[in-house]
Amino acid sequence: MAQEPRFIDTTKCTGCGACTDVCPVELPNEFNLGLDAVKAINRLYSQAIPSTFVIKKYDRAPCTLTCPAGINVQGYVQLIKLGKYKEAVQLIMERLPLPGVLGRICPHPCEEQCRRRELDEAVAICALKRFAADQVNLADLAPPLSEARPERIAIIGSGPAGLACAYHLALRGYRPTIFEALEKPGGMLRVGIPDYRLPKEVLDREIDYILGLGVELKTGAALGRDFSLDDLFDQGFKAVFLGLGCHVGRPLGIPGEEAKGVIQGVEFLRKINLGEPLEVGKKLAVIGGGNVAIDVACTARRLGSQVTIVYRRSREEMPAFHHEIEQALCEGVEIVYLAAPLEVVTDGAGRVTGLKCQKMELGEPDESGRRRPVPIPGAEFELAVDMVVPAIGQSAALGALAEWGVNISRRGTIEVDELTYQTSREGVFAAGDVHTGPWIAIEAVRGGIEAAESIDRYLRGADLAEGREVKREVQGHWREIPKDEKIRPREVMPTLPPEQTCACFDEIALGFNEAQALAEAARCLNCGVCSECMECVRVCEAGAIDHAQKPQTHALKVGAVIVASGFKPYDPSKYTAYHYTAYPNVITSMEFERILAAGGPFGGHLVRPSDHKEPAKIAWLQCVGSRDLHHCDNSYCSSVCCMYAIKEAIIAKEHSHGPLDTAIFFMDMRTPGKEFEKYYWRARDEFGVRFIRSRVHSVDPVAGSDDVAITYLREDGQLITEVFDLVVLSVGLEVDAGLKELAKALQIELGEGNFVKTSCFTPVSASREGIYVCGAFQAPKDIPESVMEASAAAAAAAELLAPARGTLAKTKPEFPERDVSQEPPRIGVFVCHCGINIASVVDVEAVRDYAATLPYVEHVETTLFACSQDTQKLIKERIRELQLNRIVVASCTPRTHEPTFQETIKEAGLNKYLFEMANIRDQGAWVHAHDPEGATKRAKDQVRMAVAKVALQPPLKEFDLPVTKAGLVIGGGVAGMEAALGLAGQGFKTYLVEKKDFLGGHARKLNRTWTGEPVAPYLEDLVKRVESHPLIEVFLNSEVTKVKGFVGNFVSTVDTQGRETEVQHGAVIIATGGHSFKPTEYLYGQNPRVLLSLEMDQALREKNPVVTQAKTAVFIQCVGSREPDRPYCSRVCCTHSVESALALKQLNPDMEVFILYRDMRTYGLRENLYKEAREKGVIFVRYDLENKPRVEALEDGRLKVSVIDHILGIPLNITADVLGLATAIVVKDQEPLAALYKVPLTSDGFFLEAHMKLRPVDFATDGVFIAGLAHYPKPLEEAIAQAKAAASRAALVLSQDAIRAGGVVAEIDPVLCVGCQACVGVCPFGAIEYKEREDVCEVNQALCKGCGTCAANCPSECITLFGFSHRQIYAQVDEALADLEEALEEAAGA
Amino acid sequence: MAEKEFEPKIIGFFCNWCTYASADLAGISRLQYPPNIRVIRVMCSGSISPHHVLRAFQKGADGVLIGGCHIGDCHYLRGNYMTIKRVRFLQDLLKFTGFEPERLHLEWISAAEAPKFAEVVRKFTEKIRKMGPSRLKQAA
Ligand code: FES
Repeated sequence: MAQEPRFIDTTKCTGCGACTDVCPVELPNEFNLGLDAVKAINRLYSQAIPSTFVIKKYDRAPCTLTCPAGINVQGYVQLIKLGKYKEAVQLIMERLPLPGVLGRICPHPCEEQCRRRELDEAVAICALKRFAADQVNLADLAPPLSEARPERIAIIGSGPAGLACAYHLALRGYRPTIFEALEKPGGMLRVGIPDYRLPKEVLDREIDYILGLGVELKTGAALGRDFSLDDLFDQGFKAVFLGLGCHVGRPLGIPGEEAKGVIQGVEFLRKINLGEPLEVGKKLAVIGGGNVAIDVACTARRLGSQVTIVYRRSREEMPAFHHEIEQALCEGVEIVYLAAPLEVVTDGAGRVTGLKCQKMELGEPDESGRRRPVPIPGAEFELAVDMVVPAIGQSAALGALAEWGVNISRRGTIEVDELTYQTSREGVFAAGDVHTGPWIAIEAVRGGIEAAESIDRYLRGADLAEGREVKREVQGHWREIPKDEKIRPREVMPTLPPEQTCACFDEIALGFNEAQALAEAARCLNCGVCSECMECVRVCEAGAIDHAQKPQTHALKVGAVIVASGFKPYDPSKYTAYHYTAYPNVITSMEFERILAAGGPFGGHLVRPSDHKEPAKIAWLQCVGSRDLHHCDNSYCSSVCCMYAIKEAIIAKEHSHGPLDTAIFFMDMRTPGKEFEKYYWRARDEFGVRFIRSRVHSVDPVAGSDDVAITYLREDGQLITEVFDLVVLSVGLEVDAGLKELAKALQIELGEGNFVKTSCFTPVSASREGIYVCGAFQAPKDIPESVMEASAAAAAAAELLAPARGTLAKTKPEFPERDVSQEPPRIGVFVCHCGINIASVVDVEAVRDYAATLPYVEHVETTLFACSQDTQKLIKERIRELQLNRIVVASCTPRTHEPTFQETIKEAGLNKYLFEMANIRDQGAWVHAHDPEGATKRAKDQVRMAVAKVALQPPLKEFDLPVTKAGLVIGGGVAGMEAALGLAGQGFKTYLVEKKDFLGGHARKLNRTWTGEPVAPYLEDLVKRVESHPLIEVFLNSEVTKVKGFVGNFVSTVDTQGRETEVQHGAVIIATGGHSFKPTEYLYGQNPRVLLSLEMDQALREKNPVVTQAKTAVFIQCVGSREPDRPYCSRVCCTHSVESALALKQLNPDMEVFILYRDMRTYGLRENLYKEAREKGVIFVRYDLENKPRVEALEDGRLKVSVIDHILGIPLNITADVLGLATAIVVKDQEPLAALYKVPLTSDGFFLEAHMKLRPVDFATDGVFIAGLAHYPKPLEEAIAQAKAAASRAALVLSQDAIRAGGVVAEIDPVLCVGCQACVGVCPFGAIEYKEREDVCEVNQALCKGCGTCAANCPSECITLFGFSHRQIYAQVDEALADLEEALEEAAGA
Repeated sequence: MAEKEFEPKIIGFFCNWCTYASADLAGISRLQYPPNIRVIRVMCSGSISPHHVLRAFQKGADGVLIGGCHIGDCHYLRGNYMTIKRVRFLQDLLKFTGFEPERLHLEWISAAEAPKFAEVVRKFTEKIRKMGPSRLKQAA
């Protein structure tokens, strides 16, 4: 199992959100489906618990990975975007001590890799660095803190390598000494780069900063000339870094080179840069094509010379930077290409008068890949010049290094280990040009940084190489470039006008202005998402952020796996006809959900995306990505879309300020769930939602507006166009492509639509044993079904693992409780700063001092973080040492932190209820940020209220009630038997009570499941397993007649034909089943050719000629269902009739089969069956409730069925041989059982669960559960799943050794109670009983959930809700208003 | 002496599961509202008895705000049905005694509806501020 890091220590995070405020990186908010933005450090959604954050981080950005010096490029660019220039410079200086210098001269390989180039141009990274550096005074930076190190280190050379090395050693606490041969530090940076590219002030400033960190500088001290390597070690230097650079020009090797007037390019630049005297000629020939040649040329131009560059190859091969060549040309430098010097021509005095050159042409490429110049025989010419400056390369002055034990390469550079930069001599390290040969400064910086690391390790005796890697190729997993990212060209840096440039040494490039810098920084695509700018770390007072966390792989040893990986909403951008991507006001239903949500992108305001206008007309298009093989591969029905569209329409109407028109365009309205049909009717009749049965023809834009026109074909053939403000696509449910991989890894089979293959008889078992599935990965389904399956999967796994139950359980230690009942309250008050979260607004010290004045307060104290481990310890200590017996913590909210503190005081020997919180953060500092005075006043009041309340708080008792580890199941149908086996399979004794004299119920009348699996063999096996199970005791011909007790301790009386048995059980599952409705219409019971669905099954089974010989068969759907008398859909009938129709077609393909329906409700994968039936020629005719079919008996005994055909609009008469009636499923006589177990029924007589969606098998009354048709009509597989779910929930009760009761519960004072029973009726949990003999009511604390409704209803206030007693509430009220009373008294007294 | 602006005192009775949670979320979302309210957390809005509310008015509260879960969302299933009845009854009673019934306000605010919470508190505080001090305050 792979786990991604979240980069937050959740135990420390206080959820204050300061990090999000400072995070510079924004990305689309996945939770709101990209409708708004979040920061790279975010909380998935604001109610998330725990209320902690997560950082989204991919690989480091390519720029950062490319930078030789490893500067966090994305990070500082982001900080610049925020205007945090100081922080940006600080971040750069974690690696590079020369931001202003490199910001000017770096050839920026990072920009080469910038992914913005895929769009337009690279971000001007280098220029941004310069900008930031130019804004910041280095003296303002916080000095680095580190422990001082005594070892002396010598650094030879003060170029970029030496400076970087010295700087990084200084950061580590060393005080290295730099030896510089020249009179001024900077190396090539100073003497190799002209002022117009790098002003000396910039360099001086940054060198001064480095020296200011304790680096000593000795100028005019050259290795070899003034001292040797051994001298240094003799003087006590423990390590030496060689950063000598390459300062010796390579000679041309032509005659006349020694003449006066010939000077090496590097020397030329050095003299000019150091202000040394130099006679510069009038006409110069500069030889070479590199940067030195260009710098010499441009410098000479500024000194008034005419300059010709002589280069052996052509322009393309020139190694100098392109823009510098341009600059030189622009400044009037001439370049002669394809020419090589032959001889320096001199006059008699040995002065240069010209340069003889050879013309060249390009031949074959050489080893560098460039074409080799070859002389053109006889083509020579002479340039009349008075100065010749060779600039064809430099090398290092290595002196006697080789003799001192430092190996030199064939190229004349120092050899080092490429990882550690260690030379062949112990304690001597080298980097920069002296190692690489003349190369870019940033590479030298990198060498200096790495060498510093090595030197530090060397001096500490650590391994030099461990954990270090040579930089590899740049590659990574980066954020996708947003599709809607606009083209934004790179900012152009202003420069001096060309006429000015060559007149002086002023800097040519002028740098960005602030607006440019901000705009340029905003171009960054944030490839790595989190930029690691570390702003979050800086502001996190709790120290909860850990950017170093790594992905983890866990190996878990498990006995079963439950797969609940859900679905992916269909992506309608695949199908262009909806114009989902093109029109902003065509959105998906998921996006609409987010728009409606309070935590959504618009704060719950119903507005459309394009212009944030409130829509007046909204359309829903159903079946997008469902029941459709043309535009997607999803032939199935997604089951949930009709219902959610109705819900969305109603909520939209409720949210809308003006009148809102809502229209749902659909084919079949599928609301087969419990109470769904009524909801549908209410939407239509009360809310006026328009339901338009139609086919959508096209979705088009409306010119001149953001509106959308829908053209649709009505059932009657009319084509209509309507304009809407907003169109919602009711997208279906799909299996995510990634889940196929998961299935492969788990070795489980997938079926149609890539849903996990299961059998109707084992609906949560995947094809591989021990792997279970639940929810939408099994098939598209809604919440209640998913929840049922979840419990069912848990039950299946629990059965498998029954022997191992409890083996890994840990028991919590018990803490002896101090008896404080005789003590007066001694209250300790702790007021939390919560870092700055509270303290920056509320005057925490004032609140503390105020608390000290309150009655019974013995101790007050402030804490930085009350929830931290340290404070927990402190609270415990204070309780012990001061004998405190009640604690108040004024900090955040009890909803998240009360349990933590309760645990703490428990460990200190206090009853955990002797605790109270004053919420001064979430409901104080955070919401009154601009009113410190008001917030402080409120905080004091809330503390006073908390103190008053806790002073009245007695210790509360919790006690254990034993559990009878046996279950009772009522009903011996499939649901009952499966439930019984589920319980027994987990090792619990189970009683199964069945009214009839056989087990099996209505399933005995079923032929096949909708998937074609024969029911009889399954049923036979099931009965056998029940009857033979040693833990199951079956009572046939029996009923439950009396019930005593409550959860864990029921005693039910089972009456078996007059004989009574008392069974003791801890939980009960009701599975009493349902019945077919027997109609009086359609000649049922009067004509033998009219059959109910199950009778049709039987006729098919028994090959009854009425059916087998029929030439024409008709089915009528919704008989008795979806009518005012029975306003619910019976869920199974559509599928059942389609199945039967197919069976008839199989029997006789020529048989004419009609299904007369109102809406075909073959939900989920059953849709495929419907499709098959149409393909096989079954004719489907729709009818309306207002125009029900009519059935008459004909003379010949056959039947005449008439119905209005909606498409043709004319009556259709069918002569039928047999008529199947898909009648409702009903329940009978559930009231007595409901009364016995104190559970409610719906108005249709079905049992009513605790929560339709979230607790579909529980009742509000603990210990009582429901399964099967008694709950609602459902097909076999759903009944089985629900039965397993009920078993799972019941096992949760039975597996406990005891039930914990007490705590925050109600108690009735029998002395005051007058037995009025006002409390009994209001208790939703049936926890209060009226005791007739005593004429008082009593709360069963095992059932009480502590809501306190009874306490509020008691006219004599004799009911106390512990923890929230009347006295406590009065005390809180009084204290809340106390200062007001004082003020009034004062006023009265005055 | 300059008249100090009237600062109403408001008592909020909020159920633990919805409105109290929305108040916390308002904090997490940094939504601002006036600090005139003093919150008493109760487990369910159904546990707020008429006496609790009357006590607040007797002691001089200028307004009482009751917050619970939306109908159908009560953590204890039906507690808030009782709340509706009691608030209606209390408002009638207040009116009968000649006290402004608008000083008692009931609002369903779910745990997610932080903006609504802040808005309700803001509006209610403003309303009470306009209404001026409770007459019972002078009597107290
Ligand atoms: S729990 Fe919120 S109103 Fe009952």
